Amino acid sequence: MLQTQLPKPPSDDKRWRIVEVTMRRQGFDPHSLIEALHAVQQAFGYVDETAMKYVASCLRVPLSKVYGVVTFYHHFTLKPQGKHTCVVCMGTACYIKGNGENIKQLSAKYRIREGQTTPDGELSLVSARCIGACGLAPVSVIDGEVVGKSSADQLIATIERKLAK
Amino acid sequence: MTPEDLHGTVLKQQAKHGNYQHVFNVCMESGCVSCNSAAVVEALEAEVKKRGLQKTVCIKRVGCLCSCAQGPMVALDKGDTLYKAVTAADAPAMLDALDKGGRVEHLDFSSKQPFFSRQLKVVREHAGYFDPEDLDDSIRVGAYEALRKAVTEMTPTEVITEIANSGLRGRGGAGFPTGLKWSTVAKNPSTPKYVVCNGDEGDPGAFMDRSMMEGDPHRLIEGMAIAAYATGANRGFIYVRAEYPLAVKRLTRAINQATRTGLLGSRIFDTKFAFEIELRLGAGAFVCGEETSLLSSIEGQRGLPRPRPPFPANSGLFGKPTLINNVETYANIPTIINKSAAWFSSIGTAKSKGTKIFAISGKVHNTGLIEVPMGIPLRDIIFDIGGGIPGGKKFKAVQTGGPSGGCIPESQLDIPVDYESLMSVGSIMGSGGLIVMDETSNMVDVARFFMEFCMSESCGKCVPCRVGTYHMHEILQRIYDRQGTPQDLALLQELCDMVKNTSLCGLGQTAPNPVLSTLRYFKDEYTNLIHSTPTTEVLP
Repeated sequence: MLQTQLPKPPSDDKRWRIVEVTMRRQGFDPHSLIEALHAVQQAFGYVDETAMKYVASCLRVPLSKVYGVVTFYHHFTLKPQGKHTCVVCMGTACYIKGNGENIKQLSAKYRIREGQTTPDGELSLVSARCIGACGLAPVSVIDGEVVGKSSADQLIATIERKLAK
Repeated sequence: MTPEDLHGTVLKQQAKHGNYQHVFNVCMESGCVSCNSAAVVEALEAEVKKRGLQKTVCIKRVGCLCSCAQGPMVALDKGDTLYKAVTAADAPAMLDALDKGGRVEHLDFSSKQPFFSRQLKVVREHAGYFDPEDLDDSIRVGAYEALRKAVTEMTPTEVITEIANSGLRGRGGAGFPTGLKWSTVAKNPSTPKYVVCNGDEGDPGAFMDRSMMEGDPHRLIEGMAIAAYATGANRGFIYVRAEYPLAVKRLTRAINQATRTGLLGSRIFDTKFAFEIELRLGAGAFVCGEETSLLSSIEGQRGLPRPRPPFPANSGLFGKPTLINNVETYANIPTIINKSAAWFSSIGTAKSKGTKIFAISGKVHNTGLIEVPMGIPLRDIIFDIGGGIPGGKKFKAVQTGGPSGGCIPESQLDIPVDYESLMSVGSIMGSGGLIVMDETSNMVDVARFFMEFCMSESCGKCVPCRVGTYHMHEILQRIYDRQGTPQDLALLQELCDMVKNTSLCGLGQTAPNPVLSTLRYFKDEYTNLIHSTPTTEVLP
């Protein structure tokens, strides 16, 4: 592909390099948009307007389309996540076994709704569709650590432990 | 790799294995890993080293051992001895038991119980007894033998005939005959062609495909390669959910291993056949499990479905003929090629052949992964294999097929599990999630839960689905809050018919199923909520 001038990354941040390499590997093919966004999400933790503009210009895709894709898929977030994340699985098995109640108690305790982050940026509460660990229902994932067969009290205790660190 | 190399690897690995007196198979799949099975492996390895038993005792990191709720699971040798809820501290005791020829009492988990003995393992024949991250170990248990046979001994037409004769039907839910799909793609003269694997297991409560991808990635690659050979494709894509990080890791590794050893790439087994596979990550959209949406997503677009026809077999990925099958469908292929179509079609019922893997969870004793022959009664799955309902509670319903399926009551439990029977009671086979509910579950709440799911997962392209699911959810919420009127029930029924008949893709067409099936079997729960006076009391 003819690539005369490649758009410059928005800043000197080394993480842009990962994004660029991902796009280069796909030959800056517009079809690799989701791959590129995955790279951004993984490197930065969220996809903001700067990132969208950069990816759009590299892949020569309209910014509106990039925005459309980012907002269509749940995996991409426009805002940074909190320092700690609690993902509550809301798959059927987990719901039947009490995660519907657990998430209510967590949101009451930390005064945030699902999908939100506490004002001090410490904790994000996220719900997931199904993380495929139904044998351990109800399941939550706190900072990447899977907590199975757990009540709201146990979850709050684990979160408190993480927050205290 | 040449056919001789493959054979050589098998012999070498089998010889190496012959030296071991005992093998500890430790489950390293998502479920058990989250119960810290990695620590168990390390403790066992350290203990073996300490005792100087490296030459006679082998510690293996394996795929799913079925009983996910009892993890971490460890199976000794061929699985006659099973240990549950093992911790790192149990390692010395497990090795002590080897010398005495007994087993560790407090960890013992009977392998004779119906949960294991009633299963029939075809697709998962070796799962749990080899290391999925090790290509040589996968080859030892027979990986790529079917691919060798297909490309060196059979013509593409013969492969398709064999698959068609086996009676295999798509395991993604709809049950379309696989052989027919393959021959449609093969007959299309347009090139290039693509082979796509649908690993976007979005149904909440289903984890068979995750287990397949984590526990036997080479079988999936082999199945896809055979499909590519039969249909004349040279490029394949595996679309996996980003929510399955371990599956992504193992598949990436497996594809690299296969490419490095020449099992993928050009001149596979010294023939003209060339095939390569790329991995594509989903990004959390349920609608992408629908085949045309999935193709849009691979193309880097929003996952919007397209009207069919044209079917992907004629105009799919990048407008080219595309074969798209589910993970479990591909996983069935190597067995059919190895053991013949006649053998495969001897299992199951008249119209549904082979076995089906189910993920059984919810309010049931034994949760986990099971593979059963088609036609087994649902009652046997829940009360025999599943071990019934815990806590002395009463069975109420079993939900199959995720948000597209229905709730099956006690009165219908004797139906055999096959595509047609499940359809006749208002549910679908689906991808294989079975969620058991006991008397404490409120069925209106369940219907509302699924409708909320479909409402928020509707892609918004067609009006019946976008607006219909919203209003159905609103009515269900109203009924659940005891604000409903008898007219609401009539309206709900009407909306169900409309959404079912006029939506563009499978998501919308099946979204009313949970409502319709609960209305059919549990209507009194709806009417009870309607006739009672408004209250703020919290419902179960």
